[in-house]
Amino acid sequence: MKSRRVITAILAAVLCGTAMTACGGGSKNIKVGIINNDPNESGYRTANVNDLKNTFTAEKGYDAQFSYSMKNDEQIQYAQKYIQDEVDYLLLSAAETAGWDTVLQDAKKAGVKVILFDRKVDADSSLYEASIISDMEKEGQTAVDWLKGQSLSEYNIIHLQGVMGSAAQQGRSGALVNTAKELGWNIIAEQTAEWSAEKAQQIVQSVIDSGKKFNVIYAENDDMAKGAVAALDKANISHGVGKDVIIMGFDCNKWALKELKAGNWNYDGQCNPFQSSYIVDIINKLQKGESLSEKVIIMDEKGFDATTITDADVEQYGIGN
Amino acid sequence: MREGSVLEMTGIYKSFPGVKALQNVSFRLCEGEIHALMGENGAGKSTLIKVLTGVYPKDDGEIYLKGQQGAVKIHSPQDAQRVGISTVYQEISLCPNLSVAENIYLGRGEGQTVSWRKMNEGAAKLLSSLGIDVKPTKQLASCSIAVQQMIAIARAVDMDCRVLILDEPTSSLDESEVAKLFKMMRDLKKRGVGIIFVTHFLDQVYEVCDKITVLRDGKLVGEYQIEDMPRVMLVSKMLGKELDDMAEIKNDIPVCDQKDSTPVYEAEGLCSSEGIQPFDFYIRRGEVNGFTGLLGSGRSESVRAIFGADKVTSGTVKMNGKPVNITKPIDAMRNGIAYLPEDRKRDGIVGDLSVRDNIILALQVITGFFKPFSKAKATEFAEEYIRLLDIKTASVNTPIKSLSGGNQQKVILGRWLLTHPKYLILDEPTRGIDVGTKVEIQKLVLKLASEGMSVTFISSETDEMLRTCSRLIVMRDRKQVGELTGEQLTQNTIMSTIAGGGNDEQAE
Amino acid sequence: MSRLNNKKGLLAGLLRHQMLIPIAALLLLALFNLIADPSFFKISLGTNSNGDPVLTGYLITIIDCGSELAILAIGMTLVTAASGGQDISVGAAIAISGSVVLRVLCGSDSHAQTLQAPIIVAFLVSCAVAMIFGAFNGTLVAFFRIQPMVATLILFTAGRYIAASFHNNELPIVNDPSFGYYGNYFPGIPVPTPCFIAVICFAVITLVLKRTNLGLYIQSVGINEKTARLNGLHPEWIKFMTYVILGLCVAVAGFIKVSRLSTINYSVIAKDIEMDAILAVALGGNALSGGKFNMGASILGAYVIQFLSTTLYKFNVQSDALPAYKAVVVILLVVMSAPAVREKLSALFAKLRKPSHAAQT
Repeated sequence: MKSRRVITAILAAVLCGTAMTACGGGSKNIKVGIINNDPNESGYRTANVNDLKNTFTAEKGYDAQFSYSMKNDEQIQYAQKYIQDEVDYLLLSAAETAGWDTVLQDAKKAGVKVILFDRKVDADSSLYEASIISDMEKEGQTAVDWLKGQSLSEYNIIHLQGVMGSAAQQGRSGALVNTAKELGWNIIAEQTAEWSAEKAQQIVQSVIDSGKKFNVIYAENDDMAKGAVAALDKANISHGVGKDVIIMGFDCNKWALKELKAGNWNYDGQCNPFQSSYIVDIINKLQKGESLSEKVIIMDEKGFDATTITDADVEQYGIGN
Repeated sequence: MREGSVLEMTGIYKSFPGVKALQNVSFRLCEGEIHALMGENGAGKSTLIKVLTGVYPKDDGEIYLKGQQGAVKIHSPQDAQRVGISTVYQEISLCPNLSVAENIYLGRGEGQTVSWRKMNEGAAKLLSSLGIDVKPTKQLASCSIAVQQMIAIARAVDMDCRVLILDEPTSSLDESEVAKLFKMMRDLKKRGVGIIFVTHFLDQVYEVCDKITVLRDGKLVGEYQIEDMPRVMLVSKMLGKELDDMAEIKNDIPVCDQKDSTPVYEAEGLCSSEGIQPFDFYIRRGEVNGFTGLLGSGRSESVRAIFGADKVTSGTVKMNGKPVNITKPIDAMRNGIAYLPEDRKRDGIVGDLSVRDNIILALQVITGFFKPFSKAKATEFAEEYIRLLDIKTASVNTPIKSLSGGNQQKVILGRWLLTHPKYLILDEPTRGIDVGTKVEIQKLVLKLASEGMSVTFISSETDEMLRTCSRLIVMRDRKQVGELTGEQLTQNTIMSTIAGGGNDEQAE
Repeated sequence: MSRLNNKKGLLAGLLRHQMLIPIAALLLLALFNLIADPSFFKISLGTNSNGDPVLTGYLITIIDCGSELAILAIGMTLVTAASGGQDISVGAAIAISGSVVLRVLCGSDSHAQTLQAPIIVAFLVSCAVAMIFGAFNGTLVAFFRIQPMVATLILFTAGRYIAASFHNNELPIVNDPSFGYYGNYFPGIPVPTPCFIAVICFAVITLVLKRTNLGLYIQSVGINEKTARLNGLHPEWIKFMTYVILGLCVAVAGFIKVSRLSTINYSVIAKDIEMDAILAVALGGNALSGGKFNMGASILGAYVIQFLSTTLYKFNVQSDALPAYKAVVVILLVVMSAPAVREKLSALFAKLRKPSHAAQT
């Protein structure tokens, strides 16, 4: 009996202690905990990480912590740490969609406001304030609509897919596959190159070796488009504006937009990595106590055509350097 | 089945591709009998044992067991165990990381849950009844090899075995351990167990066995009562020829007549990381000397220090009067020292490599990384030593691991002779190999010495050392305790020096 | 009679020979393609977009794209034989060495229009770096006696981050076309350059195995380290050296890889190539627990894997199902090349021969 009381006292003291330190470290800055995927994952991610880093700085009134992982369980651990640190906002780009319920409930109990960016999460929408995402279906549809607009006499398409099952692959593949079915386009090869230029090169090489005719390469990212072009160059098949094969890519890397500008490629679809301005808007509103008009915010994303792209576009929308 | 038999094998045939391993072999084991199975390597002992225990299927023949109607069929070692045939091999096949009791009862749970207390009690009772002094809860790996072997036997006894096969059980035991084992064998004999004892040690056969069955070239030579069989006759039966070689050698010890010449090898205060006392040692040109002592007395550690096989911690070494630095094997090899290690399997052979590669290995290392021999040259070398040492191998390309133990040993000997060493160290070169090869190796050692090579010869069999060495260094407890030459070289002096209690000890 | 025996021995020897499985697999794949579509073997001479002559066709693609894997298989075979384990960091190490090549060529500006250093210098620097990382793995394995797979896990995990850090996460692109010659074609030569590089590597390793004792030393250490030590070898050094050699192979493979596209993607370049390299060693019938090895069989194994990938691409197997197909074929090949299965097969073969044999006599 006595011992139990002692333990309770100690526990209470410890709890007070931690609360004190947490309070003691308080400043006027807004405390933000940011959990993102690994910056090396792709050029897209690098741009995304840099954008966030440049926005949430001490000068701009934020006290930001960053952590990166491509593994869900590690990300959850970071989230728990941030909740314990009593951040004001938890910004999350989840590695996987599932498994977030508990930790988001914890956040809610602790009064931490959660904003999702870039990736969706399978959790009740009451658990987060807002979700800022790219609509991959829309990206794909924009690209396919552009392709439809080219009104080719026939469509023979090589379809290079990303890693199977990823959101980008599903969205971008879905649009093409559906439209092709609808309009009777031929998809003469459909293979996953797993976002890799080398594999894309091998796949396109293999189609060329087979002697099948094609006039469109629909690559679900820029790297794979680049690999495809390397294979075409080897076989002396012309590509780009007004040439034999139409090249389509996604992500708007700066180097890819330059290819576009030079007329070697035809189309590049944007996947906007610059979510920080949207996030800042939301935080400002929430700080003022305003309510948000909608929970899910879909970012503006463009598609660039080689014939209309300008140098300014390349500079403004190109990611990387 | 005849009266009194516990096991009868009749008309056993077994052949492997290219070899007729057993031809019409019969074998009879009586109750309460210790029966030696003798023969040179390749005579068919192992094959017969493996047929009996179901490791190999037999081509023809019948096996009868007491208490079983008609011929029994044994398809696997489990079958053999079920009908009461147990085997204890030279290499212990127990689980070193389990306790003694667990090892005894392992795999015999009979579907019941194990009560640790019951198991340990049972094991303790069993062990004490067999006179094995070990705690059932002790981890097996921390027991000596001898105790492990006895535990393996205890396990067999507890499984109601009526036929116990001991395959070379004594080759890694010292004398007191052998004595304990023999006591246990005699106890089992009294209980009516029939024991098949496979060994190379003639002394042991005469000490403990009742009958001998001799095999040669896969055929039965005969079954003899031990009393009717003098040693010389036994050896000649095994070899298939009348043999005076043994006697011949005895009178042939070369006497080192260059007492004043500079030693080929001389060490002072040599000491290694293996815990031997610092020792002095020298050997002259054409001399054959030896280290003797009980197992674990430090004789192997001494020669390993000479060769630089263990980490040398102190001492100075001179070769032909010039100081040299030997800290690792390659230093020793470059200085013309060769070392045939004690444990052939672990330290000697490169199992998967061909006989050719095994023979040229050491010389190839000496000649250096950038100077490989051509295949033709290597084959020539290999064939030279295959011929010289009479190595029985299908070809130079045969992997060494498929050779018999004696031939493997000869290959390694060939490897070192190819380096033309000035000083050759042989650590147990005759262990586990047949009598014929033993004699050959002894003769070879003497021949090499007469040609000027210095040889250090270590053997567990003192008579072997008496036959070859002109000087013996006696070791006890990792310390040199004596040096015997000339008249002192008799079994008795060696024994008493090894045993200690001499004058020097009393003086202390 | 003796001739008959000889013949039988030869056949049995062939059956037991290590090269049998990769050769049989290659023939089987070739046969399959021949039946399905003979045009698989068509090789034609065309021109590329620069107007230079190039050979094209599936077979050319296979030997072209298989080059990096075959080169890696050389090093992986040696590492496996000596240390009885595999280096799983080669993919990440390729990212590092490729990144180094680009770093030297581009200088500090990742989009430099001109080469900032001669290509040979970039290549040599990347060799040095890759060998240092090989040495790191080798030290852990040989001197600290860490399991190879665990030791190389460190670089496997960290390698791609290290590669990215050389360029501050930026994507370097080499604009000078001459850099692309090494991964594609030299103007005027219709055979892909990687084939030549691979052949040079094979020649070098053949020469090394013939003119030095590397093979004997590595096998001795791999089979029985204790014996090797007592025969004057230094097992730690030999294991260490195999990792350094693998580092060199990695540098060559990485150089080809980055030259193919004149750029690098840290996260996907040479992804999973370590598994293919290990598979190549296994397909060659080499024991993954070390010991004896057959270099030719490993190299052939590498091309079998590439042959398989290309065949699967050709038949346009559904993306989701691709790994499953590959797995089935791989399981078959590996099971076939397992020593136990081969013993059984040759026993079966002997049995099948026996009746016909009896009929003859």
